[in-house]
Amino acid sequence: MKFGVVVFPGSNCDRDMQDALQNDLNKEVIMLWHKDRDLSMFTTDDCIVLPGGFSYGDYLRCGAIARFSNMMESVIEFAQRGGKVLGVCNGFQILCESGLLPGVLLQNIHQKYVCKNVNITNGKEVFTIPIAHGDGRYYASNEVLEELQANNQILFQYCDEAGNIVADANPNGALQNIAGIKNKAGNVFGMMPHPERASSPLLGNEDGKKIFALLGLTA
Amino acid sequence: MEITVTTAQQLRLTEEEFELIQQKLSRTPNFTELCCFSAMWSEHCSYKNSIKWLKTLPREGGRMLVAAGEENAGLMDMGNGYGVVFKIESHNHPSAIEPFQGAATGVGGIQRDIFTMGARPIASLNSLRFGNLTDAKTQRLLKGVVKGIGHYGNCFGVPTVAGEVYFEDCYHTNPLVNAMSVGIVKANKMVSATAKGVGNPVFYVGSATGKDGIGGASFASANITEESVEELPAVQVGDPFQEKKLLEACLEVIETGAVVGMQDMGAAGIICSTSEMSAKGGVGMRIDLDKVPTRQQNMKAWELLLSESQERMLLVVEKGREAEVIAVFEKWDLSVSNIGEVTNDGLLHFYYHGNLEAVIPAESLVLGGGAPQYDREYKKPAYLSNIENFDINSINDITDLQSTTKALIQIPNIASKKWVAEQYDSMVGTANASTNAPSDAAVVLAKGTGKALAMTVDCNSKYVFANPYIGCSIAVAEAARNIVCSGGEPLGLTNCLNFGNPYDPEVYYQFVEAIKGMGNACRAFNTPVTGGNVSFYNQNPDGPVYPTPTIGMVGIIDDFKNRMTLDFKNVDDVIVLVGHQVNDIGSSEYLHKIRKQYFSPAPYFNLEEELRMQRFLLQLIKNHAILSAHDISEGGLIITLMEKGFNRSLGFEVSKTEFQHLRNDAFWMGEAQGRAVITCSAIQWPGIQQLANELNVPVYKIGKVTNDIVSVNNENWGSINAWKELYENAIGKLIQ
Repeated sequence: MKFGVVVFPGSNCDRDMQDALQNDLNKEVIMLWHKDRDLSMFTTDDCIVLPGGFSYGDYLRCGAIARFSNMMESVIEFAQRGGKVLGVCNGFQILCESGLLPGVLLQNIHQKYVCKNVNITNGKEVFTIPIAHGDGRYYASNEVLEELQANNQILFQYCDEAGNIVADANPNGALQNIAGIKNKAGNVFGMMPHPERASSPLLGNEDGKKIFALLGLTA
Repeated sequence: MEITVTTAQQLRLTEEEFELIQQKLSRTPNFTELCCFSAMWSEHCSYKNSIKWLKTLPREGGRMLVAAGEENAGLMDMGNGYGVVFKIESHNHPSAIEPFQGAATGVGGIQRDIFTMGARPIASLNSLRFGNLTDAKTQRLLKGVVKGIGHYGNCFGVPTVAGEVYFEDCYHTNPLVNAMSVGIVKANKMVSATAKGVGNPVFYVGSATGKDGIGGASFASANITEESVEELPAVQVGDPFQEKKLLEACLEVIETGAVVGMQDMGAAGIICSTSEMSAKGGVGMRIDLDKVPTRQQNMKAWELLLSESQERMLLVVEKGREAEVIAVFEKWDLSVSNIGEVTNDGLLHFYYHGNLEAVIPAESLVLGGGAPQYDREYKKPAYLSNIENFDINSINDITDLQSTTKALIQIPNIASKKWVAEQYDSMVGTANASTNAPSDAAVVLAKGTGKALAMTVDCNSKYVFANPYIGCSIAVAEAARNIVCSGGEPLGLTNCLNFGNPYDPEVYYQFVEAIKGMGNACRAFNTPVTGGNVSFYNQNPDGPVYPTPTIGMVGIIDDFKNRMTLDFKNVDDVIVLVGHQVNDIGSSEYLHKIRKQYFSPAPYFNLEEELRMQRFLLQLIKNHAILSAHDISEGGLIITLMEKGFNRSLGFEVSKTEFQHLRNDAFWMGEAQGRAVITCSAIQWPGIQQLANELNVPVYKIGKVTNDIVSVNNENWGSINAWKELYENAIGKLIQ
């Protein structure tokens, strides 16, 4: 399984993602420029990653301009063919803007950017993963939320150290403490926390590797 | 328009300076030319009132590759073919007027200083000072500045890894915003800010030029008064997205090998970059201002020359290789324009609409060239006698240590700065090794080099106010101590010298003494000054700020296994107090904020003892003989112990039994320098004592680490987590 990491103007976690995938997970990584369209070197067993950052300066709305880029047209088509796509932070915002994932990410409820370690759970285990965003409050209609639950599409929720999904552990006001979701087909993943920032022993936290594994991206 | 001395004075030049300009040109300058001199001879660009003393600082030695002042920032050798570039700069005056943009563009400006040399910035730090935090204006400034720094730095994608925030009444009108950046460059890829090669084209790249920030450099050279609020357009507006693209494009264009020289356009914009690059190369330039991309119509020549629009660079490119350069900037969707060429006459010719608007010898404008240099008079300030008259015996010792500690730990200068720090992206770049393992200085991986860097910003301005010479020596010593406690060897430092009006002899005394103290300490620690910035006029009708020579220091950790952390590790580990214990409470937070004594001497400081103590710590760390190290600074021993407990929620049991001869406040809350608290396992203690004897450093076993409970002098102070709660939430609780 190999990875493509898309570089938009304003991406700033692109090299971090490349570093984590290559050096911590021993994966082959190809960097993809937003003006290009070619994804012919990937099969649907591979994964395209939309990294964090401020694509196109977050002008208009986070992710709103990136979705119209040449590369995103190809990525949307790739996802529709069943190829794996992971969006982290700004990448998650782009996936929501492009309609590959339902819902939106609104400005944090306290209106401040927040960067810190948080705990998230998949319902079984608790992971400590950093967040760093100003617009990470997941929001969707009740129908969408019900559908996400019915289809087990909620990947991660913010929780306390013991795994309890409580209001105090919610860093941005996200509905149902949602930190990450997947699409109905199960090949497109979006999350606000940054697993690539927690994958190196030198940084003292390797929970990120478990996140990549849970998403089936370490095969 | 007739140009007279009045015109010059309106542009903040003196009569003598106007005469000097006429001499240099052998004629009367026109208005455009006069504007160029006004900007370039402003305090901000010319260092005219500081350079004489700055030259006394050690600017060579150690691992210095490029000496201070030769390039935009100093360069030091990291080994393995890499260099580290770092610099600190102030954006005080803009931030006082418009905190968000003022602070944001401060961050943007310092980053450009780093990547214009071909280095990739890997970490940012900042040092902030405000008035009383309970004041509504302070809260507005704090929120704006923090949001501005976050806005720019987070988007630009460089982690903010360390910093300091102080609140003192003297900064009420004049907040200080100092931003530092650290970058890494392959030593053979460094780019010089020098114009060379007659006929080589001059390129302008980046954002278009507007009227923002015109006169910013001379604006920063004036006292802040009520009318300053009218000067709003002198504050620049930043766009971190453009700068992020500019960073990537500049580093990419350097790889082509077609770049001869490059300089960012910061203060005084085009005139500054063209004159400095030309003067350094001993050449001139012919510039066609019509080719400068603009974002406003009908701009005058002097507006184009002086504009401080952000995110712009000036490049001199090898003739014939223009296409390669243009291709890179077009890839990144950045404006790129060939605006002129290098000439051999040493003159700057600026053309606009076909007219020759200005002809100025490049050399005449710049620092080290024609810019004036002044000797300022100074005299010992009157307030220092109040300080000399302080008598510790006039202060009753404390009786209730616990309640005083409770008050102390919640003073904003001491309490956790989490409210601030969490608004900055501290982890982008996946190199901040302190996120999960806190240390006195931030430890940042220098990816690709196999090494790590320790970095810190430090200055306790109360100490400098009390004794400018000692106080500034302490700032250097404390920075070095923080590096050492993190396992690093101090390499060098950059300084941001924030003072009041240099024409006030009492203020200038503070400046002169501080520089002497800094120089002395730098020589002792073998940490040359790589460069920095002077910010005078941090003064308002109520007086100057405390003299604040902020020190930004970088150290190297050659082997990551030798990094050290500050927190307690295991229950029952031995707690060891290192350094001389003296009866001193001078200029402590305790004395200043709780006992309300505003005039007391700088704390005890002995340079020789400090050096020995630091060598001892570094040796222990390299021997893997200790488990934690944290220096004693604001709040004294008791705060140091608390801070060591928070990360792993471990308590401590300590007592003053062996120190009956010392006052309670001095032992627990005094800020005497040259001290640290380390922990070790019981087996390691004898070896530590032995090395301490050899190196002549006092060590005292004062207690042990506990599971949770804090116990002081056999008194139960409750859970460490309750103290952590007070420490972490004190600032947030005060902010509306």
